[in-house]
Amino acid sequence: MEKLAKNWQVLALGAVLVAGLFAPLATGASAPGFWVEVVLGGLMTGVLYSLVALGFALIFKASGVFNFAQGAMVLFAALSVARLAEMMPLWAAMAVGIVIMVAFAWLVERLVLRPLVNQEGIALLMATLGVTYFLDGFGQTVWGSDIYEINLGIPKEPVMILERIFDGGILVNKEDFVAAVAAGALVLALALFFQKTSTGRALRAVADDHQAAQSIGIPLNRIWVIVWSIAGIVALVAGVIWGSKLGVQFSLQLIALKALPVVILGGFTSIAGAIVGGLIIGVGEKVAEVFLAPILVKAFDLAGGGIENWFAYVLALLFLLVRPEGLFGEKRIDRV
Amino acid sequence: MLYRENGQFKATYVADQQMLPIRQDRIFMLALLAFAFVLVPMFASDYLLRAIIVPFLILSLAALGLNLLTGYCGQVSLGHGAFMAVGAYAAYNFGLRIPELNFLVVLVLGGCTAALVGMLFGIPSLRIKGLYLAVATLAAQFFIDWVFARVKWFTNNSSSGSVSVPDVTMLGFVFDSPERKYLLVLAIVALFALLAKNLVRGHVGRSWMAIRDMDVAAEVIGIRPVYAKLSAFAVSSFYVGVAGALWGFVHLGSWEPLAFNINLSLNLLFMIIIGGLGSIMGSFFGAAFIVILPVLLNQIPAWFGVPLSTAMVSHLEFMIFGALIVFFLIVEPHGLARLWAIGKEKLRLWPFPH
Repeated sequence: MEKLAKNWQVLALGAVLVAGLFAPLATGASAPGFWVEVVLGGLMTGVLYSLVALGFALIFKASGVFNFAQGAMVLFAALSVARLAEMMPLWAAMAVGIVIMVAFAWLVERLVLRPLVNQEGIALLMATLGVTYFLDGFGQTVWGSDIYEINLGIPKEPVMILERIFDGGILVNKEDFVAAVAAGALVLALALFFQKTSTGRALRAVADDHQAAQSIGIPLNRIWVIVWSIAGIVALVAGVIWGSKLGVQFSLQLIALKALPVVILGGFTSIAGAIVGGLIIGVGEKVAEVFLAPILVKAFDLAGGGIENWFAYVLALLFLLVRPEGLFGEKRIDRV
Repeated sequence: MLYRENGQFKATYVADQQMLPIRQDRIFMLALLAFAFVLVPMFASDYLLRAIIVPFLILSLAALGLNLLTGYCGQVSLGHGAFMAVGAYAAYNFGLRIPELNFLVVLVLGGCTAALVGMLFGIPSLRIKGLYLAVATLAAQFFIDWVFARVKWFTNNSSSGSVSVPDVTMLGFVFDSPERKYLLVLAIVALFALLAKNLVRGHVGRSWMAIRDMDVAAEVIGIRPVYAKLSAFAVSSFYVGVAGALWGFVHLGSWEPLAFNINLSLNLLFMIIIGGLGSIMGSFFGAAFIVILPVLLNQIPAWFGVPLSTAMVSHLEFMIFGALIVFFLIVEPHGLARLWAIGKEKLRLWPFPH
């Protein structure tokens, strides 16, 4: 109880968010069926945000690098798979894509991380910005810059479910379900890998304390390659799912930038945080766009909504003010 | 041999503390200014002035502003493109709604508005730093982009969302030709660079640097982080706002919110990394680099008879930018300005090695 009292700002913010979430339902501004549909849609988008954020969290946990390039990696992986799939079956394209991402991880460790070891976090952040630009240019030079399609072979037609409970039923995409299941499987696999294998244990050791891990004989460089490879594979999965939904194009990268507020919300070092944060952001911005934007447009005479573009960031900003370590992060933030 | 301070004795404190203590530096600076103010407008072609030199100067001013914040005070911002937008739109609205204002007043008002907005988004910096702050400023970027795209009042209800301004006029004098525009921008940029140079030498700049180097220690010796950080945000955003207003009024003439998107913010950051964090000179080097590189990339393949498509050039540009950022961070974290300083040091000792 005392702990709660101390965290009253977080509670207040949470209460406002929950109230905002249920407001359309409570005020009767939307039919229950439509509301559930919007929330479900948000959850589905959230799953994809979570996938990108997962890559961030993994790398930050293991190497303390804030990987701005995660978005570029998603785009690059998706581009590779999309173009390779034109030449070979999809599974082979994915396999080659994984090889490419591992090679990329190795190169990054060799050429960027190793020379910059022991630098400040900010220098590393800027280095990953450089990697972002390089990867964008490289991907589009090699694979082209049109919009490409990834066909996962899943029917895209929406289906109606729960017609008996809600008027008119709820429209959901089968593809979204596949995405959610794939993301869940990925998270489960990662959790098993981290908890049960010796490499996973080494990764956790590095995450806890670089120097201690090194002193007991864990090869830091190899661990970084592994972590970046895993992040690359996560990026590939995220990229393929996003790509099959929206088409592989440059704007994927901007969507991937949304993972930044997600990790802020969830906490930089927490895998669970990345998942929950992604879901909150996904639902939050969808509900805000559908229900809040029209009110704003009417009140301020705007030229259209589109508050999706900033809602996640402003939410993260508010969170930073009341709880800088995020929902599940370690309380280790530097304060002045 | 020519570049030596031998024999230049300083007899007063004023002489000891002047901005350029070595006589040759002063002569060089005067020559540079004379070159910029007299020779460049006489001999540079209209294309060169309009497409390269004026954007270079304005972006230098913006990079200088960001450098005050990131290089001197150590606070990363990914939202300075948006603060440029604030400056531009504020100046547009002041000019539109109070037409009798002088352009310089409009410019300063634009800068002040940007400073206020910058301070507002700088408030999180009091609690968070580094990576977290980067995301907080990213929020500013996306939010401000959206505001100017959607709130019709700011664009005077223009249907396309873009705004346009007439040529800058001051006391009946119209800055319409590229030479006049260039001289206007040059005068403003030179003035602001001088101000910045003095600011960072003084009490304010030193408190910023103390915060940057070690915030706890700075607080212990009596520097108030709140004032230091917010003043850095304010001054930096003011500079960037003025640069944004110049960018809109002098360089673009008509613009839409997309002109100030996240890529501009990132470009500004690249300028100061490549040019040199914590260096006034470096801001100019970095801006020159970023402005000239795409032009060169466009030209060089043609010289060798390998024409590249525009798309290809822009991709290559991305790759080279990215590679250079990493290269500079590894090899020379202090950027081109550091190379310049090393060159000067070598010149002083020449022909002896030590």
